[in-house]
Amino acid sequence: MRMKRMRHALPYLLLTPSLLLLAGFTYLPIVRVVWDSLHDRPLGQKKSLFVGLRNYAGLFSDQAFLKAVTNNLIYAVGTVPLSMALALLFALALQRSSRVNAMLRALLLFPSMVPLVAAASLFFFIFLPGVGLFDYYLGKIGLRGANWLGDPDIALWSLIGITVWKNAGYYMLFYLAGLQTLPGDVLEAATIDGANAWQRLRHVIVPLLAPTTAFVLVIALINVLTQVDHVIVLTRGGPSNATKLVLYYIFEQAHENFAAGKAAAASVLSVAFLLAMSVVSLKTMERGTHAAS
Amino acid sequence: MRRASLIVTGLMLIVAFFWSTPFLWTLVASFRPDSAIGMASLMPDYKPTWANFAEALDTGNFAIYYLNTAIVAFGILAVQIVTISLAGYAFARLSFPGREAIFYVFLLQLMLVPPILIVPNLRTIVDLGLYGSLLGVMAPYFASAFGTFLMRQTFRQIPRDFEEASVIDGAHWWQTLWHVLLPMARPGLIAFSLVSLMAHWNEFLWPLMVLNEPRTQTLTIGLATFALGTEGGKEWGVLAAGTLLVMFPLLALFAVFQRQFVNSFMFSGLKG
Repeated sequence: MRMKRMRHALPYLLLTPSLLLLAGFTYLPIVRVVWDSLHDRPLGQKKSLFVGLRNYAGLFSDQAFLKAVTNNLIYAVGTVPLSMALALLFALALQRSSRVNAMLRALLLFPSMVPLVAAASLFFFIFLPGVGLFDYYLGKIGLRGANWLGDPDIALWSLIGITVWKNAGYYMLFYLAGLQTLPGDVLEAATIDGANAWQRLRHVIVPLLAPTTAFVLVIALINVLTQVDHVIVLTRGGPSNATKLVLYYIFEQAHENFAAGKAAAASVLSVAFLLAMSVVSLKTMERGTHAAS
Repeated sequence: MRRASLIVTGLMLIVAFFWSTPFLWTLVASFRPDSAIGMASLMPDYKPTWANFAEALDTGNFAIYYLNTAIVAFGILAVQIVTISLAGYAFARLSFPGREAIFYVFLLQLMLVPPILIVPNLRTIVDLGLYGSLLGVMAPYFASAFGTFLMRQTFRQIPRDFEEASVIDGAHWWQTLWHVLLPMARPGLIAFSLVSLMAHWNEFLWPLMVLNEPRTQTLTIGLATFALGTEGGKEWGVLAAGTLLVMFPLLALFAVFQRQFVNSFMFSGLKG
């Protein structure tokens, strides 16, 4: 009898450590941050007051937050399609296995393996006005560089450049895996039907890679929302909020301005965005992982 | 056809060269003796020196940073291996009421990545009395939805015959798990380990929020502090050397485990 009860309890016992940790560091924090976003603690007081949606109202009347959302959108549009397109091109160019291709893949993959902080500190020098790597070589071919990180019109694009450089090789791996699963006979049939390389890509390869693309898209969007190390190291959101991204805004409100309510409200909106995205993509994710495994 | 593929390879050689210039520069600059002149040049037109590395090691507390980062990355991994093996086993081999629902509770965490919850998690860490400690950096990562998912897939691919033999011999579930399933799940475990180690070796924002004194700082925090202090001008060679020191273990790991790395990367998608 005891044996049998043990057997019934076993799966739950095995899951308990993970479930407790998931509850403690994923699900309860979500409840907590929602609660925090609806409350405020006036300076010097112990008790929190329920303030309804006032934190959200404050958030949307904060120019810095609106700027951060706009920046994040530009950042997404600037990084996601470009790095994915490059990833697909790289994968197509390097899909045949040869020693040269293996080396080239490794070189393109390198940036995605180093810490974003390390990449940022390299670009610290590369973007240095006048004497940095960029301006030095631009000068050699007679071009004038720019104040890559100091000019509000350019700084966000410089960060976009770093991100594309860092992630394209990583996304390439998924396309390489996807290309291996393509049915060879379909491609052959298209070739026999007289489709040229571009038509094969446009009408056969890209549609067949749709699950891979959906999978990579989800990862890329998560990255857009959750990686701000380079902002912290290179620009601190400046100049004049030009590179402030949403997570950096949250970090700044919580860590430097001690505006817990605003930080909580902005976190809730980010979580809501990720949840919405996951509802759309959970199925795709499962399919994507199956394809890769 | 042959010529077309040669042209493609040629083009990719050029692309890969440009892609690698930041690393090339780091390598060249870190061995450059005189930091002030021609710092941006990619040409190693000098007699190489270790001076920049010596100075980097001297300025930053790299020994402590390495140690702390290693404690964090390997500590997380050690606990994760236990939690994901148990949970993965439950999902792969046992049937129980609520399995689907609980599995979705895990899956959802793949999307709700920790960085987005830094604000409430920091409060939890403070409440637990872990603020400023390496354990506080590690705790939120002890469970891994991705790892559980991966172990579930890995266990599922192992034919049941192997376990049945050991069950007939009267083995308990943990003996079966330890002696039969885990050894056979090694590829999955290695894949997960590489992804997890890399993710936490590279992490910056969360440790930055939790750690508050030099004694507990990790490599990424040390490097960031270092980089921000370099604005002076002629210390670029030292910064390059410091960055190389941070990246080196990962690049070495990659060189050794290249194939597994590529496989586990594709396996993963999401960070451990």
